[in-house]
Amino acid sequence: MSNVALAAPVDAATAIATRGVVRDFTAGQQTIRVLHGIDLDIRAGELTYLVGESGSGKTTLISIMCGILWPTEGEVRLFGTDIYKLSDNELVDFRLRNVGFIFQQYNLIPAIDAASNAAVPLIAQGVDRGEARARAIELLAALNIADQADKLPSQLSGGQQQRVAIARALVHQPRLIVCDEPTAALDARSGRRVMDLLREVALADDRSVIIVTHDNRIFDLADRILVLEDGRITHDGRDLPKDH
Amino acid sequence: MVWIAIRMLTGDATKFYGLLFGIAFSTLLITQQLTIFVNLIERGASGVYNVPSADVWVMDPVSRTTDVNLPMPSTALDRVRSVPGVEWAVPHLRAAASVRTKEGDLEGVSVIGVDDATLIGLPRRMASGSTNVLERPDAVVIDDVGTTRFFPEGYDPVGERLELNDQRAVIMGVADAIPSFTSQVTLYTRYSRALNFVPGTRNRLSFVLVGAAPNIDAKALATRITEETGLRARTRDEFARDGIDFIIENTGIPLNFGITVMLGFLVGVAIVGLTFSLFIRDNIKQFGALKAIGVNNAKIRKMVAAQAAMVGSIGYGLGVLGTVAFIWSFSSNPTFKGFYIPWQVPLISLAAVTLILTLTGWIALRNVLKTEPAAVFR
Repeated sequence: MSNVALAAPVDAATAIATRGVVRDFTAGQQTIRVLHGIDLDIRAGELTYLVGESGSGKTTLISIMCGILWPTEGEVRLFGTDIYKLSDNELVDFRLRNVGFIFQQYNLIPAIDAASNAAVPLIAQGVDRGEARARAIELLAALNIADQADKLPSQLSGGQQQRVAIARALVHQPRLIVCDEPTAALDARSGRRVMDLLREVALADDRSVIIVTHDNRIFDLADRILVLEDGRITHDGRDLPKDH
Repeated sequence: MVWIAIRMLTGDATKFYGLLFGIAFSTLLITQQLTIFVNLIERGASGVYNVPSADVWVMDPVSRTTDVNLPMPSTALDRVRSVPGVEWAVPHLRAAASVRTKEGDLEGVSVIGVDDATLIGLPRRMASGSTNVLERPDAVVIDDVGTTRFFPEGYDPVGERLELNDQRAVIMGVADAIPSFTSQVTLYTRYSRALNFVPGTRNRLSFVLVGAAPNIDAKALATRITEETGLRARTRDEFARDGIDFIIENTGIPLNFGITVMLGFLVGVAIVGLTFSLFIRDNIKQFGALKAIGVNNAKIRKMVAAQAAMVGSIGYGLGVLGTVAFIWSFSSNPTFKGFYIPWQVPLISLAAVTLILTLTGWIALRNVLKTEPAAVFR
């Protein structure tokens, strides 16, 4: 693991530290700068929301923070590891052991049941399938859908699929959970229940949860809200600015 | 992860069966056409295979196959017999003739004159009657496939009279013979009778069939016969190969079958390639999610390889089984008599299937490998 010094000091409890993160995209002859030097510290034990209009750079920033998109410039440390100094295979393995993902579309595998879907990260780590399923079922039980463990995703409601996706994000006990619009496809009540579950099951002293969302119905559940506008963080606080 | 890959594949029944069909159809087409091709061109050597007792075939230097030959003077027989290492040598006549059928139709036949004393030249097995029936006057033995050309199915031709080149011939037996390349009716008779049935020029001896003395190598004997007589001498295997080569060189069969086999390959590439690409495209989000979660490209490659191996092995098995069923179901048809699947043919189709899956899998895999994990957030 690399130990490159950051431009600014990083607290020991910092889960994610970004320094001067820039990301450019090329469209034809044109280069578009999507992120303009993001400096950010996210502490462990925090439920952080990343909000902003479409095209503000939220998805790009979250992709860079969790190690699936290379920044054009800058550094990103996840729990002290400068992740973009790792080799490709090291970075993939780092993600497998340290990051849990909850996608907007869930992206469950249609042909395998809920328990196996939830067990995917463990299976990918090489854990025996039976053991991986057993651990996944424990987590599904904590999410109150153990009775759905043998069902295919197509046999589950949207809320149930979301819980399976949460179980998949947590089953390997990662230190960072990244959620992309976790409540977008749910009604208000289901959305709040999912968020309550996330706070209850996912958040811990040594773990950080970052949520990208537009859903103002759940803003009151955040520990911290970051507002991104045109590739710059324009607000950082417990509540949204009044003019937002 | 392989288990997940297999479940992903079998979970999409339409594409799974589409892939199986593509591989099975391609295998069937390649295996079946190659099998027919091999068996068909091997019939170019049927004249040699039907006389397994001859170690060496001696002929005029310009003769090429059992059917393309220039008769020699009868003295050639004595010259061959005088070569050291020759255990026995017998005359063998092969000529074309015409038969007028009961219905008045004219049918071209091949007349084979076998040694009067030993009957060497006659197929080893008889389907009906015994070999010694040729001792009777005007007797001929017809090949079993030939009976289907002259007589209704199931009809016993023994005792039937034929007008062979304007002379009387009586069928006294049916030989269990490998059909010729053209499936022409073949009539076997004694050499002396054949000379009467097939009038011609003064040279009438088509071949001298030779048995090698004990411990004499057939190849060495053939070389010695050529050196001492100036005649062309070929071992049984060489002459069989000559017959096969003649068909390969002088007919469009290899090209036609080659085109069909190539079409089978292309159909396989098209069906499997398209279905595989659709399958990967439909699952690209799942593959993208797996990549984001932390499944590396090597594991993704293994997953796609496992999917390809699964459809490949099942589809290939079905294709080969289809070929076996085809050969088996047509085995009673005279056209397919004696057809078998040479062991090399399934290996060739296996190589073709492997190539199809490697090619299409690679093309489909490129899309997965190119997919950025970050795409799952878009």
